[in-house]
Amino acid sequence: MTNQTEPVVVRWLLIGLALVFLGLFLIVPLIAVFSQAFRQGVDVFLQAVSDPNTLAAVKLTLLTAAISVPLNVVFGLAAAWAIAKFSFRGKNVLLTLIDLPFAVSPVISGLIFVLLFGSQGLFGPWLEAHNLKIIFAVPGIVLATTFVTFPFVARELIPVMEAQGKDEEEAALSLGANGWQTFFRITLPNVKWGLLYGVILCNARAMGEFGAVSVVSGHIRGQTNTLPLHVEILYNEYNFVAAFAVATLLAALALVTLVVKSVIEWKTERHEQAGEPQFHAMGEAS
Amino acid sequence: MSIQVVNITKSYGSFTAVNDVSLEIPEGKLVALLGPSGSGKTTLLRLIAGLESPDRGQIYFNGEDNTHRDVRERRVGFVFQHYALFRHMTIFDNVAFGLTVRPRKVRPTKEEIRERVHDLLKLVQLDGLAHRYPSQLSGGQRQRVALARALAVEPKFLLLDEPFGALDAKVRQELRRWLRRLHEKLKLTIVFVTHDQEEALELADSVVVMNEGRVEQTGSPQEVYHRPANPFVYGFLGRVNLFQGRIRGGKVTLGDAEFAAEWADQTEELPAVGYVRPHDVELSRTPQHAQSLAAEVRHIYALGSLMRLELKRLDTQETLEAEVSLQHFAELNVQTGDTLYATLRNVYVYVEPENRFVQAALPAASALALRANG
Amino acid sequence: MNKRKRAKWILPGFGLTMGYTVIYLSLLVLIPLSVLFLKTSSMTWEQFIDTVLNRRVIASFQVSFLTSFFAACLNAVFGVLVAWVLARYQFPGKRVIDGIVDLPFALPTAVAGIALASIYAENGWIGQWFAVWGIKIAYTPLGIFVALTFIGLPFVVRTVQPVLQDWDRQVEEAAATLGATRWQTFTRVILPHLLPAVVTGFALAFARALGEYGSVVFISGNMPLKTEIVPLLIMTKLEQFDYTGATAIASVMLVASFVMLLVINYLQWKTNKLNAARSEG
Repeated sequence: MTNQTEPVVVRWLLIGLALVFLGLFLIVPLIAVFSQAFRQGVDVFLQAVSDPNTLAAVKLTLLTAAISVPLNVVFGLAAAWAIAKFSFRGKNVLLTLIDLPFAVSPVISGLIFVLLFGSQGLFGPWLEAHNLKIIFAVPGIVLATTFVTFPFVARELIPVMEAQGKDEEEAALSLGANGWQTFFRITLPNVKWGLLYGVILCNARAMGEFGAVSVVSGHIRGQTNTLPLHVEILYNEYNFVAAFAVATLLAALALVTLVVKSVIEWKTERHEQAGEPQFHAMGEAS
Repeated sequence: MSIQVVNITKSYGSFTAVNDVSLEIPEGKLVALLGPSGSGKTTLLRLIAGLESPDRGQIYFNGEDNTHRDVRERRVGFVFQHYALFRHMTIFDNVAFGLTVRPRKVRPTKEEIRERVHDLLKLVQLDGLAHRYPSQLSGGQRQRVALARALAVEPKFLLLDEPFGALDAKVRQELRRWLRRLHEKLKLTIVFVTHDQEEALELADSVVVMNEGRVEQTGSPQEVYHRPANPFVYGFLGRVNLFQGRIRGGKVTLGDAEFAAEWADQTEELPAVGYVRPHDVELSRTPQHAQSLAAEVRHIYALGSLMRLELKRLDTQETLEAEVSLQHFAELNVQTGDTLYATLRNVYVYVEPENRFVQAALPAASALALRANG
Repeated sequence: MNKRKRAKWILPGFGLTMGYTVIYLSLLVLIPLSVLFLKTSSMTWEQFIDTVLNRRVIASFQVSFLTSFFAACLNAVFGVLVAWVLARYQFPGKRVIDGIVDLPFALPTAVAGIALASIYAENGWIGQWFAVWGIKIAYTPLGIFVALTFIGLPFVVRTVQPVLQDWDRQVEEAAATLGATRWQTFTRVILPHLLPAVVTGFALAFARALGEYGSVVFISGNMPLKTEIVPLLIMTKLEQFDYTGATAIASVMLVASFVMLLVINYLQWKTNKLNAARSEG
């Protein structure tokens, strides 16, 4: 280790400053959610959480994630395979296009689907004629959520697959494996942590999305309310304790996400280290 | 199984990696593809394996056209430069992989697979490590796992890409000998790629020297070393002294020294370059021959079993490198600044306008005597 | 045909995966986004200009850009500090702190919004201390600034931290042997090396803040001309069924976002190239 570092006083001053900043902006708000939720006791909390409208919102949120996340996982795997394992013209353009939903404001993400499927939208009249409802209904919520979470899995997988190279796949093919065998037995196990990472982030956003879903949902209680929308309604009705009680469910989800994310980061770091030829000194058996 | 490569060309964009190469690899031989980086040797190996597709040309295995056959159907054993072991599988599973991915009908039973894998691990002397992961092995051990994995599918032949490139010198030596013994035992055709001429000469039955996408020469190690086809092969296989000179009527002149060339019947004088290996430079305190050259010792390097001397020719001022045994060096009793006499024992001459590369010899003693008298 | 295809790639599945990628991308992202411009192009030029140059719209763009800019600036400074502390120093609870930096990525924005509104309100945990000095945070532009700082917090930290971790400390030792003080070493040797990453992180935080909606609506007060951000204005227009107005503003916003995206991609590409060149050199 190098001796080049700061005096102890400066070091602790910097650490203190960083912690105050993080405290004011991250930790105090997080504590506030839980403290507000339990302000009037556990009973009030439980009542708010077990309210039928809350349960309906939980159900819808789970349903939305259960559709959007798998869709984006399949897309992410396909896109990563095409982009990381092959070279072709326009790869950078494709990567930028995949990033698009990250750059678009959530409100606009909702708006475009209203313009497509809303009553005044492009397909509005046709949908009405066939008695189909997308906007202000569950399909719209799923669509907007899928759009917003579109890049997550692909963005995590592409660098991981690129770093792995093609050698192992080529070796598998030269040993007689077919394309699916190569994918499921070689590629997928090699990117499993990257995939899980992407899924975790994708899921957190899918369950927590507010702006886009707010535009397309219509806020029909018990029907088109996801958890974040339910929080908003309760808050706007000055039912603060209930709003924060429901918010704790989402905050807990966020904490679980962070823990799983840290575990994956820790695991993959260890994997990388193990990949180094650190046993070189063990000597040759021959 | 024999391999025949016919007029194979492979380009990447404007870069031609393999340029109209034809090659025959006879059955049961251990063949080295030798060349500098970028010479197309790895691409040629991958083309044979089916990991690349040629732009033009054909590849035959035992006379059977395999050019458009998928890599999976070719049944070649390929050992990758960095081994490409499946890092999430144990050594056992790595070796078994090729057997377990076979369609159910032709897949051996679990028992048979286990037996075969253990036989192979015994063959590569890694039987005790079956349940380790690749990351827990040393470089040399990984290399042998990769070899066992390739052998498991009973390949028609083995292709190895820079098999010892990533290993340190001592392990490399051991593995070379081990591979040689393995080849003798299995009697399998093996083709390996290397950029190390020593490795190619020591290990192979036959050496294919490649440069800029073409085959420069094919032959036994003795042939390519002692009868190089052209200056590239000569230069690539060992250290070289270069001398500017002229050639005319069977006589080659390199500064003050004269040599008889096998071919030189033209009467006009042409520029020529003389090639001499350092170990073909004989040093002495007094001239040994009428063609001996006076040279001043500039530097002395100890190479362990040999001494290398850097000299400056007094006639042309060109630098000259010579290698002598320790015993001979002691006899010479030489110091920097001394003047010695160098006799060039084995000279090759390149005549650029004619693109000919021929051997030249010291003139016969009688001719010398004549010259000395005259 | 089959043979030619095979001749190009050795690994299978390019056609299948590429085809699926392009179709899915087109159906879900490209076509819906292009509808926005289609709808905008159905307006006349005068209509468009009238909508976009309306006083309330201009004011909302001002609020959005200024608060996003200042929030990204604060994050750039403290992002470097946090990254530095996490990469260089050991202290108890470091792992937890490192993990919690990503909270804004994981916490739903609505939850962040109500939490920030409650603690930065005049009677809130933090707001009351500022109220003593007559400073109101919630329901003023300052509140928007707080929410956008929260949202953009991880970006600079996460772009700068890996650069610091990969940093070769021998360079600092070299600077010290040449007589540089720690501060000189930091400002003249380390900071220039970090700068591309800081700029990238700043741009990411700024772009994210521009479009943010959920965390801001609860704390901003939503007063037209004062604390109304662009996404909220689009939302308001939608609620009044003024689809063309909403679309016009959205298309301006979208173009701004695209420009940001291109800038960010360019910066990242340049940073990668620079780092690659440096590690070779």
